[in-house]
Amino acid sequence: MNIARPVNDALRRVPPWAIYIVAPVPAIWYFWLGLTGGLGAEPIKALEHALGLFALKLLVAVLAITPLRRFAGINLVRFRRAVGVVAFFYVALHLSAWLFLDIRDPARIWADILKRPYITVGMAGFVLLLPLALTSNDWSVRRMGPGWRRLHRLTYPAVLLGGVHYLMLVKGWQMAPLVYLAAILALLGLRWRWRRRRAMA
Amino acid sequence: MAPRWTNDLTWADVTPKAAFMNRRQMIAGATALGVTGGPARAGLNAVESRYSTDADPNSFADLTSYNNFYEFGTGKGDPAEYAGQLTTDPWAVKIDGMVERPGSYGLEDILKGVTLEERIYRLRCVEAWSAVVPWVGFELRRLLDRVGVQPSAKYVAFETLLRPEEMPGQKYPVLDWPYREGLRLDEAMHPLTILATGLYDEPMPNQNGAPIRLVVPWKYGFKSIKSIVRITLTDSQPPTAWNMANPREYGFYSNVNPEVDHPRWSQATERRIGGGLFSARIPTQMFNGYGDQVAALYSGMDLAKFF
Repeated sequence: MNIARPVNDALRRVPPWAIYIVAPVPAIWYFWLGLTGGLGAEPIKALEHALGLFALKLLVAVLAITPLRRFAGINLVRFRRAVGVVAFFYVALHLSAWLFLDIRDPARIWADILKRPYITVGMAGFVLLLPLALTSNDWSVRRMGPGWRRLHRLTYPAVLLGGVHYLMLVKGWQMAPLVYLAAILALLGLRWRWRRRRAMA
Repeated sequence: MAPRWTNDLTWADVTPKAAFMNRRQMIAGATALGVTGGPARAGLNAVESRYSTDADPNSFADLTSYNNFYEFGTGKGDPAEYAGQLTTDPWAVKIDGMVERPGSYGLEDILKGVTLEERIYRLRCVEAWSAVVPWVGFELRRLLDRVGVQPSAKYVAFETLLRPEEMPGQKYPVLDWPYREGLRLDEAMHPLTILATGLYDEPMPNQNGAPIRLVVPWKYGFKSIKSIVRITLTDSQPPTAWNMANPREYGFYSNVNPEVDHPRWSQATERRIGGGLFSARIPTQMFNGYGDQVAALYSGMDLAKFF
């Protein structure tokens, strides 16, 4: 791979913590747009959806890092944990927009979580991400050893739930959520294939 | 020595912000309608109606930038972005089925001798947002009386234009195009049911369903079919687009009902658009607040079953 080398060389000079510096920028930008009329006539739903979609993009990006190294030789593994933490941050913001700007009524929030399948699915995804976010520090990685990697495979079902959550909330057969779900299934399918190949070898 | 210049203007002489903002909004509206550069289009001079709500209408900008019109795309801003290319003149509506005088009626013909009224109605979308809209139109029953409904007719079916080259959303199978809607005959003959041809006393903007659309204010917004090209009187319940797509979620009646939830979300509350980032939800009213006028149409019906 001739493009991979210069890319990897350039990336080596970028510290992973740089991700955390730029991470809040889109959130601040969306919120500013919402305050100033830039998100249209219904800014609450627009903000909620923008945050959720950005979170889903980051989760797909996390899944794409290993295939990118395998197939294109571009190594972003150093950044994976930071991207994952930022993805969780956006899922949490998405949830907060729903809780504190959209619904607000605790009784209805609880009823919706239990009664509305797409919200149940979304919440399940969030719950799966919680232990991952809590153990995303170096101390946990050292302490948990191989268990850390096993635990963090929860990313796979969590991202799948996120894609299903998106598909379930739209009306009619819309393109975008189907594309996201197809990408997620393809990325998960690669893991499954690698696993089978390892098992056979 | 030059005399010192003074004036007698005070802050009271400054154009109030509301006034110049309104002018800007009118200019923006004119641009949206594609009438800048030409002679200013006269208002429709619609007369007031006792059926209007006294709630404050949403701004022209909000009503023309936040739309569901899947023929132009599923995003709320897609209709405003893509509907400009729709040709609405000439326009004819085919009226057929169980009528005395079937035929293709040109829009001018339909509007001949019709008194346009301003009807400020609440609009409740099935997605749990709402708006207050100053429609301009006339009662559907006036047209139906004119074409002569045969005694055997029980339902009215409507169809939207099918023209993928001008309606890019129709290139995707989001729904089974063309969009179709329907009403029971008594619903269609109700004085609240109008055919609208204008908004804010101006010709209907394309993104709102130009040049002629249905407005049934006690039903979820998707029942109020846009850009109508066909009206058919039948004796059986006609197929309707959303009901065909998902009969569990969208019933034929689709009356606004806070007690019957959409399977995926609650219908108990709604958010009025245009309220900004911190606006709270408000309770949804039975029949969208038009129960006094329309509840009798459904007496004895189980509205959870006939949703």
